[in-house]
Amino acid sequence: MTTTESGPAARHDPVYDEIFDSAEFKDLRRRYQKFVFPASVFFLGWYGLYVLASNYAHGFMSHTLVGNINVALVWGLLQFVTTFLIAYLYARYSSTHIDPAARRLEKKYDDHMRGGL
Amino acid sequence: MEAENLTRILFVGVVLLTVGITFWASRQSSGASNFYAGGRNFSGFQNGMAISGDYMSAASFLGISGAIALAGYDGFLYSIGFLVAWLVALLLVAELLRNSGKYTMADQLAFRMRQTPVRTAASTSTVVVSIFYLLAQMVGAGSLVSLLLGVSSETAKNLTITSVGLLMIFYVVVGGMRGTTWVQIVKAVLLMTGTILITVLVLAKFHFNISDLLGSAAANTGKGDAFLQPGLKYGGTATSKIDFISLALALVLGTAGLPHILIRFYTVPTAKAARTSVMWAIGLIGAFYLMTLVLGFGAAALLDTGEGSAVANSGGNLASPLLAEAVGGGAGTTGGAILLALVSAVAFATILAVVAGLTLTSASSVAHDLYATVFKKGDVGEKEEVRVARISAFVIGGVAIALSIPAQKVNIAFLVALAFAVAASANLPSLLFNLFWRGFNTRGAVWAIYGGLISAVGLVFFSPTVSGAPTAMFANHDWQWFPLSNPGIVSIPLGFLFGYLGSVTSKEPNADEKFIELEVRALTGAGSEKAVVH
Repeated sequence: MTTTESGPAARHDPVYDEIFDSAEFKDLRRRYQKFVFPASVFFLGWYGLYVLASNYAHGFMSHTLVGNINVALVWGLLQFVTTFLIAYLYARYSSTHIDPAARRLEKKYDDHMRGGL
Repeated sequence: MEAENLTRILFVGVVLLTVGITFWASRQSSGASNFYAGGRNFSGFQNGMAISGDYMSAASFLGISGAIALAGYDGFLYSIGFLVAWLVALLLVAELLRNSGKYTMADQLAFRMRQTPVRTAASTSTVVVSIFYLLAQMVGAGSLVSLLLGVSSETAKNLTITSVGLLMIFYVVVGGMRGTTWVQIVKAVLLMTGTILITVLVLAKFHFNISDLLGSAAANTGKGDAFLQPGLKYGGTATSKIDFISLALALVLGTAGLPHILIRFYTVPTAKAARTSVMWAIGLIGAFYLMTLVLGFGAAALLDTGEGSAVANSGGNLASPLLAEAVGGGAGTTGGAILLALVSAVAFATILAVVAGLTLTSASSVAHDLYATVFKKGDVGEKEEVRVARISAFVIGGVAIALSIPAQKVNIAFLVALAFAVAASANLPSLLFNLFWRGFNTRGAVWAIYGGLISAVGLVFFSPTVSGAPTAMFANHDWQWFPLSNPGIVSIPLGFLFGYLGSVTSKEPNADEKFIELEVRALTGAGSEKAVVH
């Protein structure tokens, strides 16, 4: 698909323009971005907050909750929990809201290529 | 001596096992797609195991548990950054890259840009990141093996580094991506098994009461509650706090820009399988880091980690092996000897699998990006390209051996952190811009890569890690003016800024046009590279 010359990449098959302009593709892209952008802002912010608290909120982080377990440890472990949770939610969201449309559009492309040969 | 002999036997076992796997894997593969991408027919689960095997380096296994053993809570901060980073890979990179790339990191950029400048830049940063990472692993292997086998002469260390180097060249040249992947899968199984075993034994000592474990660690180190709180390592001054933020940024943004991780997404047949691989990787890596928490605090609770102890002298690297010996019954017991040997062998397997992945990544980029496209302008057969990739593996392996021998005094954690900083500053901006910004173009990509690369490496050169401090590489010289050891807080924004400036100051209708094809391919898989059918 990609050119190997040193010049600019070659003009692509018009089927890509067709798919790109279709309502179904626009919808697919919107649904993908609707999940990943807010999720990325959330986990980066949540991680950033934790890093800043470790640095500048020493008293709060050192507060003991039970036995020798303090806020810092629990918050650190919560970073693990949120990471697992976001990964799980993304996989679930993708398989219902993204994969079916992606497969339909890929099939459209494959049909076009078969017809074109 | 008993433990050392057992360790030697297990080391030989690891070598024989991985060499056998490599031969077995090489029987069924030929052609470029097999060499570079393992035929793209690994399952999501298999690739998830291999990604974990590629990612959990000796720096994680020995380094993080060692950092926790010495610095308490602050050591734990590393593993959190290393794990959260996978969400960047999962949400923004893995699937889109699988659909739009072919063999190397550069493929995905070169898709809509001028081949020569973009591939040269991407290949340069691929090799630089991989060499830093490779040096860290090989220097680690040298000191680790000599410590574990009780041989401390320079010759023995150099011999170890050379043997590790020759082995990794063998895995890559004979096994290609298929062999390397299986070595990484086996290593992941060994590493997880070994870690689970030691974790359970440590927890059993404390009747599975985490609070008791933490309390004993705080008491045994003599540091008290401060050992369980942030700040022991990074909390000293205002500068060290900013240095920590800088490190945290590089850790969380670096993973998705590591070339040896990126090319693993090409080994599966579909974007969905790429997603599944990252899901498995997150689960395995997360579980592993949770266990290193137990190992680190366990070492602090059960071993002497004070000034002058074996753990402190090794910079923490011996915390896990010595902890294994302690929970097995202690030095001189059979149980202790067996567990020490076992954990040492696991650490050795860990190093071998990671260096193989790094060598393959560099060799692929040199052959596919530089030789085939930049130098031969695409006029090269598949057989010849793979032959050049094999030769490149020899050259890169040789260079890595030659650089590792004089680099033995360089701090391993520093090299790994530098690799992450370069990956986050040079690679991630161009990857993300390329996938999500239509206005990105050749000049933007080239500026982002060189700008991020030069600022990251340059700032480190002028940092107190290199000169102007008693702990510096060149302690007797002083050209230091940048106050932080970690450049990320400056170089990562610079990478993005250069990418933006380069793009808005040049016009490239083709890059704009081809974005349509890139986005359709990335999101739907239309026209993406297919798996090899056997």
